[in-house]
Amino acid sequence: MRAYFSRRYRLSASHRLHSNGLSAEENQAIYGKCNNPHGHGHNYVIEVTVGGQVAAETGMVCNLVDLDECVKREVVGRFDHANLNFDPLFQERVPTTENLCMEVYRLLKAAFDEAEVVRVRIEETSNNFFEYPVDGRRARQGREQTWQNRQ
Amino acid sequence: MILLTRKAEFSASHYYWNDAWSAEENERVFGKCANRNGHGHNYTLEVTVAGDVDGSTGFVVDLKQLKDVMEREVVSVYDHRHLNKEVPEFARAIPTTENIAIAVWKRLEGKIPGARLHRVRVYEMPDLFADYYGEP
Repeated sequence: MRAYFSRRYRLSASHRLHSNGLSAEENQAIYGKCNNPHGHGHNYVIEVTVGGQVAAETGMVCNLVDLDECVKREVVGRFDHANLNFDPLFQERVPTTENLCMEVYRLLKAAFDEAEVVRVRIEETSNNFFEYPVDGRRARQGREQTWQNRQ
Repeated sequence: MILLTRKAEFSASHYYWNDAWSAEENERVFGKCANRNGHGHNYTLEVTVAGDVDGSTGFVVDLKQLKDVMEREVVSVYDHRHLNKEVPEFARAIPTTENIAIAVWKRLEGKIPGARLHRVRVYEMPDLFADYYGEP
């Protein structure tokens, strides 16, 4: 049976939202206080969801210790207590949390093979969060199809 | 269609152990969770149901009925119990968070009047949870 397993990780980092393709005034107008030249920081919460068959012999989708090691190596070790603007991934792209979310997803997708990485959700503050990809929809569709087949 | 979620909490103990493996193998795979004396968690259960809003009541499901079903079928069976030793489905299946989510689904499926089960989410702790959507 396919189940989804999620785990939350934390990291603290700074960033500055600034697009080189825009004028100083436009950057200020679009990004507001996030455009402060000295940057600012957040305590990010990164929620990683993996999906897969629950192995009969372990009762697990994947070994949580291995997922922890992978996320710590690929993501937390890379971004924690760092300035995101200096990371090679954000030389051409603004380190918004949308972009961070997509990059974290790509890093984990490439590095973790014990189960399928299906979603990354990042809370920038307790009031805003970002998800990539929006995979719950696929799970819901799958469920609805199962339901329809039973009718 | 709309989704509605109800939470409940229970506290229980468990350990992870596969009888088919040696003690060393169990300890290697399950780490501190393999301690045979068990350990415990405050679990949070989230049950999400899907359905259409009833024109006369404005409800997808009667919350009182949903609460009662969750209490009767799950919480009263799991709360303050040792899952491995006192809950029948975990005599064979290891009570991981994943297997608990699947077991809760099986306990609730077909028992919620007027709505269908959409998702069961079980938090073992705030940073760790499993979702089951009834998928094979």
